[in-house]
Amino acid sequence: MRRTRTVCPFCGCGCSFYLLSEGDRVTGIEPSPLNPVNKGMLCVKGWNAHEFIHSPERLTTPLIRKHGSLVESTWDEALKVVADRFLDIKKQFGSRALAFLSSAKVTNEENYLFMKMARAAFGTNNVDHCARL
Amino acid sequence: MVGLAATFGSGAMTNSINDFDGADLFLVIGSNTTSQHPLIGSRIINAVKRGAKLLLIDPREIQLAEFADLHLRHDIGTDVAVLNGIMNVIIEEGLDDKEFVETRTEGFDQLKDVVSKYPPRVVEKISGINSHDLKKAALMYAKADKAMLVYAMGITQHTTGVDNVKTCANLAMLTGHLGRPSTGVNPLRGQNNVQGACDMGALPNVYSGYQPVTDLAVKKKFEDAWGVAALNDKVGLTIIDMMIAAQKGGLKALYVMGENPLMSDPDTSHIEHALSNLDFLVVQDIFLSETAAKADVVLPAASFAEKEGTYTNTERRVQISGKAISSPGLARPDWQIICELSTLAGYPMNYKSPVDIMKDINAVTPSYAGITYERLERGYGLQWPCINEDHPGTPYLHKDKFSKGKGTFIPCEFKPVVEMPDEEYDFMLTTGRIYYQYHTGTMTRRTSILDREAPAALVEINPEDAKKLGIKNNEIVELTSRRGSIKLKAEITKRVPQNVVFSTFHFHESPVNILTSPAYDPIAKIPEYKGCAVKVRRCA
Repeated sequence: MRRTRTVCPFCGCGCSFYLLSEGDRVTGIEPSPLNPVNKGMLCVKGWNAHEFIHSPERLTTPLIRKHGSLVESTWDEALKVVADRFLDIKKQFGSRALAFLSSAKVTNEENYLFMKMARAAFGTNNVDHCARL
Repeated sequence: MVGLAATFGSGAMTNSINDFDGADLFLVIGSNTTSQHPLIGSRIINAVKRGAKLLLIDPREIQLAEFADLHLRHDIGTDVAVLNGIMNVIIEEGLDDKEFVETRTEGFDQLKDVVSKYPPRVVEKISGINSHDLKKAALMYAKADKAMLVYAMGITQHTTGVDNVKTCANLAMLTGHLGRPSTGVNPLRGQNNVQGACDMGALPNVYSGYQPVTDLAVKKKFEDAWGVAALNDKVGLTIIDMMIAAQKGGLKALYVMGENPLMSDPDTSHIEHALSNLDFLVVQDIFLSETAAKADVVLPAASFAEKEGTYTNTERRVQISGKAISSPGLARPDWQIICELSTLAGYPMNYKSPVDIMKDINAVTPSYAGITYERLERGYGLQWPCINEDHPGTPYLHKDKFSKGKGTFIPCEFKPVVEMPDEEYDFMLTTGRIYYQYHTGTMTRRTSILDREAPAALVEINPEDAKKLGIKNNEIVELTSRRGSIKLKAEITKRVPQNVVFSTFHFHESPVNILTSPAYDPIAKIPEYKGCAVKVRRCA
């Protein structure tokens, strides 16, 4: 069994817990006893934060809309479509026609890269996330 | 955050979660803490049990009301009037902290002018709070040695959200409850990395560390650091403005990473129209959310358990989160997807790991300069500002001076909720979250215990109103606003006052944001989720 220190994915308290895992299966949660935020305790959401990870509804492959419906694709194809369409639209309408909605759920590093991509690669400050919601 | 930045110079929780253990009094306003931030809620309850006082200002009889020494149930959206009234009493009684006001703040005369218009009898007419209780509340807060003011979305999700925040800040400055342990103005952030997303510059006006995009020295710094010839120096669009621009046709392509605006944003039909008007929509998520189902391309992302990275909690604490398992199927961590896409778009990103990215963040973000993986791995996180590798981090802000020097009183006048109930739409709808569910439910609705405890949306209705409308507990009712209608089960409870109904946005079967008002705060662009007019009807 492996123990991996993580941060709860729900509210802003930032409770810390260990994910207990066997191979690629998370089997349980153990609150961090010494962490100054939650001191060994968790709420009902935190205690159950591992279940949705293994939901059969997880997205497991890129999807592209073809003839009206989303069909399975490869990373190469999907990323090329995204890059090409964004560059096309930028060429045609300017960078103001592009916008990037980041996330209060992903890591600091990912938020930093996302805003860097919007600003450095696509030239727009149309970047926001749902802090207001 | 805009409100706190204007008054203090820094838009974040001033104090720490551990400070709750040392406070003498809590003023909790617009935060259902035990549901939304349970581990902070339990800190408050434990503190009350050891003798701390709890002053609660909330229209609903939330769980904390059981523990409160005084509960003011004001009418929805009258927060500025109530807080101005409290300040009026404090000044009248000579309980303001004159030394703090003199040495640490500016603009006191303007504040005095404005709050002089809010004596208790005027506030009583606006808010429904009687003069006796208002005075009692003022004395409790002013006389406490260490008082923590705590708020959440009940303060910010109004058209007057920024005014509400500024008024909270005014009250704390007036009484000197700032710049010491167990005091301060403490906004509780709603998502696990909303503080970090702001800190990292996922905002239209700033780079990481709140460095303005319009500042030419900042622009040059980032151009050099990122190797870009010319960065854009015009403030971009907020999410609200993006949706308006999409509807009008000016915005053509939108990239959504890990958000679900179709469920979370106000006035759903407007958002739906805006999204369908785009030429191209990309959604990167772990589930096929309502928004992802509308996308042209969907990119499968890794969950928190499947990647390494850091998150910043509500008290500015940056913490490390490790990778426990690999992602299902072809799903990938968001940072890897961004690197590949940026490279394909002609701006190569060659980061090997989040550790690499953090080094970049350290180099360009002064408040994060000393926050390294090595230090985070050794301990339990670091609170920004942490300006170099020897800096211990900052448990409370504004110790000897405010981030901007002197704190500025910015007095505000009371303005009512934009869409008040009238003859036809005669109830005030207010929205929020419940203990067992979270946000748009994409994670908690897929968790068996949570869905067992709270499987469907409920609307809280006061027993008196229910009697008048002939509605029984658990009966299906229809709520209708000017924008749409939904059906859901009634919960008859005194938790809500008369003429007010409460529901949540967790359930896609009864999406409450079909009803909510698109009115928003003119500065912060926060929608008024906490108040709109609806009518209630029993379904036959």
